[in-house]
Amino acid sequence: MLKETQNWSANPVLSVEHLTMRFGGLVAVDDLSFNVGRGDITALIGPNGAGKTTVFNCVTGFYKPTEGRIALRRDQAVADGTLAELTKSGRQYFDGDKGGVFLLERMPDFKITEVAGVARTFQNIRLFGGMTVLENLLVAQHNQLMQASSFTIGGLFGLPGYRKAAAAAKDKAVEWLRHVNLLDRADDPAADLPYGAQRRLEIARALCTNPVLLCLDEPAAGLNPRESAELNELLRFIRDEHGVSVLLIEHDMGVVMEISDHIIVLDYGKKIADGTASEVRSDPKVIAAYLGVDDEEVDEVERDLDVQTGHSASEGGSQ
Amino acid sequence: MADTTSPSAANRPEGAERLSEARRDAMRGEPPYSEAPPEDTRLVRALKEGGITAALVAALTLFFFAFRTDIAVGGLSLTASPVVWIIAIAIAFAGRFLLTYFVFAGDTAVVGGWKKVAAGTGRMPIGKILGVLLLFIALTLPILLPQFLPSQNRYLLNLGITILTYVMLGWGLNIVVGLAGLLDLGYVAFYAVGAYSFALLATNFELGFWVCLPMAGLFAAMWGVILGFPVLRLRGDYLAIVTLAFGEIIRIVLLNWYEFTGGPDGILGIPEPSFFGLEFNRRDGSFSDFFGIEYSPIQKFIYLYYIILALALLTNFVTMRLRKLPVGRAWEALREDEIACRSLGINTTNVKLTAFATGAMFGGFAGSFFATKQQFISPESFTFIESAIILAIVVLGGLGSQLGVVIASVAMIGGIELLRKLTVLQAVFGNDFDPTQYRMLIFGLAMVLIMVWKPRGLVSTRSPSAVYKEKKTIGADMVAQGEGH
Amino acid sequence: MEYFLQQLINGVTLGSIYGLIAIGYTMVYGIIGMINFAHGEIFMIGSFIALTVFLILAAIGITFLPIVLLLMVIVAMLCTAAWGWTIERIAYRPLRGSFRLAPLITAIGMSIFLQNFVQVTQGARVKPLPPQIQGGITLMDSPSGIVVQISWMQIIIIAMTIILMVGFSLLISKTSLGRQQRACEQDRKMASLLGVNVDRTISLTFVMGASLAAVAGMMYLLYYGVIDFYIGFIAGVKAFTAAVLGGIGSLPGAMLGGLAIGLIETFWSGYFSVEYKDVAAFSILAIVLIFMPSGLLGRPEVEKV
Repeated sequence: MLKETQNWSANPVLSVEHLTMRFGGLVAVDDLSFNVGRGDITALIGPNGAGKTTVFNCVTGFYKPTEGRIALRRDQAVADGTLAELTKSGRQYFDGDKGGVFLLERMPDFKITEVAGVARTFQNIRLFGGMTVLENLLVAQHNQLMQASSFTIGGLFGLPGYRKAAAAAKDKAVEWLRHVNLLDRADDPAADLPYGAQRRLEIARALCTNPVLLCLDEPAAGLNPRESAELNELLRFIRDEHGVSVLLIEHDMGVVMEISDHIIVLDYGKKIADGTASEVRSDPKVIAAYLGVDDEEVDEVERDLDVQTGHSASEGGSQ
Repeated sequence: MADTTSPSAANRPEGAERLSEARRDAMRGEPPYSEAPPEDTRLVRALKEGGITAALVAALTLFFFAFRTDIAVGGLSLTASPVVWIIAIAIAFAGRFLLTYFVFAGDTAVVGGWKKVAAGTGRMPIGKILGVLLLFIALTLPILLPQFLPSQNRYLLNLGITILTYVMLGWGLNIVVGLAGLLDLGYVAFYAVGAYSFALLATNFELGFWVCLPMAGLFAAMWGVILGFPVLRLRGDYLAIVTLAFGEIIRIVLLNWYEFTGGPDGILGIPEPSFFGLEFNRRDGSFSDFFGIEYSPIQKFIYLYYIILALALLTNFVTMRLRKLPVGRAWEALREDEIACRSLGINTTNVKLTAFATGAMFGGFAGSFFATKQQFISPESFTFIESAIILAIVVLGGLGSQLGVVIASVAMIGGIELLRKLTVLQAVFGNDFDPTQYRMLIFGLAMVLIMVWKPRGLVSTRSPSAVYKEKKTIGADMVAQGEGH
Repeated sequence: MEYFLQQLINGVTLGSIYGLIAIGYTMVYGIIGMINFAHGEIFMIGSFIALTVFLILAAIGITFLPIVLLLMVIVAMLCTAAWGWTIERIAYRPLRGSFRLAPLITAIGMSIFLQNFVQVTQGARVKPLPPQIQGGITLMDSPSGIVVQISWMQIIIIAMTIILMVGFSLLISKTSLGRQQRACEQDRKMASLLGVNVDRTISLTFVMGASLAAVAGMMYLLYYGVIDFYIGFIAGVKAFTAAVLGGIGSLPGAMLGGLAIGLIETFWSGYFSVEYKDVAAFSILAIVLIFMPSGLLGRPEVEKV
């Protein structure tokens, strides 16, 4: 019913299908499927140990999933037929004039960022601490600059083409620093920044890779309320002005409920809810997962809620 | 994890258990729950610590200072020289006593509390001035020497050549270890490849130095890629050990492949470099003949000196240039955090390989130069110790610091060599005292001490490769080294 | 066949010595995650101490072999343990928490220092010691003239290794010290919060590793009858290879790896070429690290993102 109009089904940038990840006997992610809508801010939430970061690591190529397909459509015009064909062909991606589609589970991590355009941040911030803020953003533009320097040879002789590209890269870095409010710290080592600023810098650095999809692992962790609000602003800006789709893991429900267009709830590696903020908020399974209610009680609550709200709470989970 | 059936837990003496119970009870009440142990006075403590240190030193050095075994007729002979041993113990006692009494007066920490590095906010004009000064000295050394030390001219020039060779090797290795954060313990292998490539090309195909030099560099770079490719997936310390293994394998092959490399006999008759086709000798058509000056053997040394100076400066120039290019920045990023690099779309394998290949190429150049200077090479010159010396120079100078490498080379190679000239030392230690014998001893000790005291070496600040408004140097405590693998 | 058997016996003997050294590598790696590059030098120091003790005893007229051997092993173990303790204390402990490659660099520095310390104090020339324990048991006397023999020395080495291994395994699995050690291996911070004296435990690990290396050094001296200041480097690399092959951090792995390296080396020299026997060891090191870094009995490592 609602399904057809939902952006994430109609126009997904990322489709995760039947994703399973096992570590030895432990099943961290179990047959998980979800879509991330183009131009949406999508939140992946769930209790600790639900497998959120594992999903991230699969999407960004740091883990190779045991099973499943992770398809990224860079442009709208990719037909399902192309995707099916690509899957059968055994190739990693198809990059045509009209649109590109990438099977992330087949690609090495750096290719996912370089070719498919997925950038990420880390739960425990990973900046280049001994390099300046500006340098951090320049490292993120490595591939473009490498090409412009004709793989170092041109750069070594200081050819004008490279100098132009280097200046452009610096401009871009400065532009992003302005947006994340770090321009006055551009020449300080990244490790010298306060925690909140490091988070923002990491996001800016990821954005310097020109991503289609930005994956943020707990961007609001450790931020004070003012910084959280700024983060919300920044994420909206990224989505609205740059057309970057955002997938984030977050525990701060204030942030999640306020900015997310779409929320997916995980528990024990399985999806238990999938919908808009208001849908998820009232989902008894979600409440149960967060509050630790027994399964039988969940059924009870569910029945009660069904009567009250008039739509099936389990709908989202039964895709 | 802990096995609960272990007997020792149950066998604990009752007294101790009762004591701990008493303490636990006391804890519920007012602190302190146990009386502080009686404080020793400073003198007593210093005496105690000194005594312990002396006893330890006695045990450590008993079999090395007090007794010495030597080969004699019909087996081994044993000579006892307790005086040295007792002096060592006395020094240890006195040193520790004074340290405890005066330096560690307040706390009991021995070495742990030394780690405070000032965040580098100060700028370093000294570094720049020193760099220019050193460059000036290096450029004019062959002119200065005959003016000031004519009697030592040839010896000092030769020493200068040796130091510059190590500077160049240090700079080459600095790319791999200092910038990219990959600990390479087999660097000497590339030095060997460069030397043998040149030697074999020159003796078999009669090619000159200047033709072979780029080829030797390329060969070395190629070996860098060949050896680098399989090992780059490895974590830092494993990578170090495998590079050591590769270095040793290459040396053993050179030693045993008699038909190709001459085995332990090495390769003789390697040609010297010519100056645009002019050779350095007394014959017609030589350098001196062409320019109409009198022949002197020193001319060849001056020429060699300027060759290695030029090569070293080329290494430095390229490295400084690369640091400001994407590839150099990627090296440093790799040293800081490999996983973050991959998350930014950087192909870390390629980045590591370029670091390996670039470092190897400069090692190869230096190797060619070594071969042409010595006119003879054998596997003897390419042992692990050589790798260790180069690494020590890089570590002492400061990982990633170009100036530091120069200072460390001058101090460690030149300084120790010059000690030999000090007659004062001979007067104290006897006539057969030879400081070069202690070179590696000092090298090893210096590596340990520098790492403990200042892990990022003498010159430990990093200067950023790109500046927005104001260039600030970055303190050593910020810079990571091979983390995040 | 006889040749093969003889090589097998030789290989097991050599492997026992490597195994004892490898334990030092594997324990230190297990507990603080560093390659104690100077451990080979500890082994060398052990053999020098054993030699000097032997000569001192001979000089003062004690020649009854069992007493001599006993004193050699005790003094060598004690003094070498002191070296192990001191090295950890001054070169490694201040660097805990420094960047990852720092301890490896100091360890290399320490190794260079120790080698040259011994060279300066004891001279660079080799020290030969005539065989002290002769004879053995003839296992097979084939008509072709090849005799398969296991010498008393080999029996002593293998027996000593077995005894030390058993004792050591008991120490690790049954005593409170061993439990503390395993706790530190798992999580040093947590162990210290629970009252384990981490510094002391790590020191003891070095002490134990060094005393086992001293035994290996003494047996090397008696078996080969010749030592010099450089033996630690190659033996150290081979023992490290053994530790890695067995799975670094695992005690039975170290012993197994030691045996494997000893056998490979002996058979390689016996059937292929003596000149390239070190190449064999180094190649195994490279191959194992590249293709199965967790070794035979080790746990695989998962990359944390």
